[in-house]
Amino acid sequence: MSKKLDIRWHGRAGQGAVTAAKTLAELISQESGVYAQGFAIYGAEKRGAPVVAFTRVDEKPIRDHSAHMEPDIVLLLDPTLLGLVDVKEGLKKSGRVIVNAPFDKQQVVDELELQGYDVYVVDANKISMDALGRAIPNTPMIGALAKVTGLFSKDEIVKGVIELLEESGKFPQKIIDGNRQSIEKAYEEVK
Amino acid sequence: MGKKVALTGNEAAAHAMRQINPDVIAAFPITPSTPIPQGVAQFIADGKMDTEFVTVESEHSAMSACVGAAAAGGRVMTATSANGLALMWEILYIASGSRLPIVTAIAARALSGPLNIHGDHSDVMGIRDAGWIEIAAENSQETYDGLIQAIKIAENKDVMTPATVFFDGFDISHSIEIWEMEEDKKVKDFIGEYTPLYPLLNTKEPVTHGAWAPPDWYFEHRMNQLEGLLNAKEVVKQVGKEFGKEFGREYGLFEEYKMDDAEYVIVAMGSVCGTTKDAIDSLRAQGVKAGLLKVRLFRPFPYQEIAELLSNAKAVAVLDRVSPAGAQGGPLFTEVRSALYDVNNRPPVVDYTYGLGGRDTQPKHIKSVYEALMQIVNTGKVEKQFDCLNLRGTWG
Repeated sequence: MSKKLDIRWHGRAGQGAVTAAKTLAELISQESGVYAQGFAIYGAEKRGAPVVAFTRVDEKPIRDHSAHMEPDIVLLLDPTLLGLVDVKEGLKKSGRVIVNAPFDKQQVVDELELQGYDVYVVDANKISMDALGRAIPNTPMIGALAKVTGLFSKDEIVKGVIELLEESGKFPQKIIDGNRQSIEKAYEEVK
Repeated sequence: MGKKVALTGNEAAAHAMRQINPDVIAAFPITPSTPIPQGVAQFIADGKMDTEFVTVESEHSAMSACVGAAAAGGRVMTATSANGLALMWEILYIASGSRLPIVTAIAARALSGPLNIHGDHSDVMGIRDAGWIEIAAENSQETYDGLIQAIKIAENKDVMTPATVFFDGFDISHSIEIWEMEEDKKVKDFIGEYTPLYPLLNTKEPVTHGAWAPPDWYFEHRMNQLEGLLNAKEVVKQVGKEFGKEFGREYGLFEEYKMDDAEYVIVAMGSVCGTTKDAIDSLRAQGVKAGLLKVRLFRPFPYQEIAELLSNAKAVAVLDRVSPAGAQGGPLFTEVRSALYDVNNRPPVVDYTYGLGGRDTQPKHIKSVYEALMQIVNTGKVEKQFDCLNLRGTWG
């Protein structure tokens, strides 16, 4: 598989889409000879406002600093964004879409008119609620992404994200354990 | 070779400051540069640096504290953006006029109003006559490398002039990129110890700083100051070479990208240069001889070298990330065009304003510039000397 990969994240401010985009860039770039870039379009910084974030992966240094992207993968972190954001914008014909929603796949495909695309669904909010008591879907969505792309095994992605959470020194053990559980569950449940 | 890291431009600046470990940093937070003093404060709290961090109530006070600390004989740094830099403006002149080699990291940002916190060069262009050395960085690596070099450049005894390294707000300041961080000790050795020329705190040799200069001396002081600023050009080259020898990444006054046989040339500064390089590669694949002259040193402006390079082009477009504000074009355009007046072969030069207030500039916009240059060469006519990239509607 070519290492070149363009990923776009749609979420709402507070759900950690930007953190997810950057975390993934950091994880991927730990492999030598792989470059990554993680950035976001910063808007009014209001909790709940739609946000867009990006992860670029390449085998050579990434020089493009524009937000132009024809994504290989689009992630939708919030079911209430269904119909509000153009998930298909620029999406490659071979592109894959991973949606956090409590609905079945067919419903998501119909709603987003994603016929002909590879669509994956995971109920990341429920997973996060069960594990953390709050709907913070970013880490389970990273787990789902790892599974769908095959970029990381379950153990690798759990270890990678948890290490970064621990390094940040910002989270109590309970939150770290909850995240571990969420990532594992999303990895297993995404389909 | 350094250690590969995945960090933002602001973190690159904060780590450079950690390794430089100046005597004093005085700073006031402002988006998008806030994570720099925040990172520095964290490093100090964690015992990773022992800089005296002065929290102040405004940027005016931040630069004032920097001036005081630098006059006292300290190695001094700060960071700011946009309106914060504007508020420092008065004191920037006092820093340069007092020949204090303060180094400032600037996450370049639009000036309000209307209120905007995103990337553009209005702030750094607003201080271009303040007598500071201005170095533009394309990405996080160049921000980190540039700050380390700026210490050595500013403190050179033939220069003794404050310096700024600027990088684009959000585009670089808030983007995670892969870059190389060098070992603490190597950076420390590279910059060396700072020995101030006339420290205020040396009570054995009392001196006056910030003295009154009436009409019979002010002029000489100013021209003396100009000499120091102009001397920076050779020192920038020399330090850029030394840096390359030590760390493998060499720097000069500018970077030439595919310039050897370039017929159509863009002149620009900052993160748009990366996007432009990508556009050039795809145009080159179609046989278009496109090139980029990325200006690194904006003050002092290396006009002779730039004019010489551009005199081989068939047509030139300058990208300014600032409004011309009533001038013939943006500041980079007027510098470049003026420089070309002295050479025999003067290609047509046009100007584009782009990216104001964080407006996205994509490869297709850059390609449209090269297409306009080809059109100029094909028709022999310049239809528009000034235009805008990715603006709603059309300009003019």
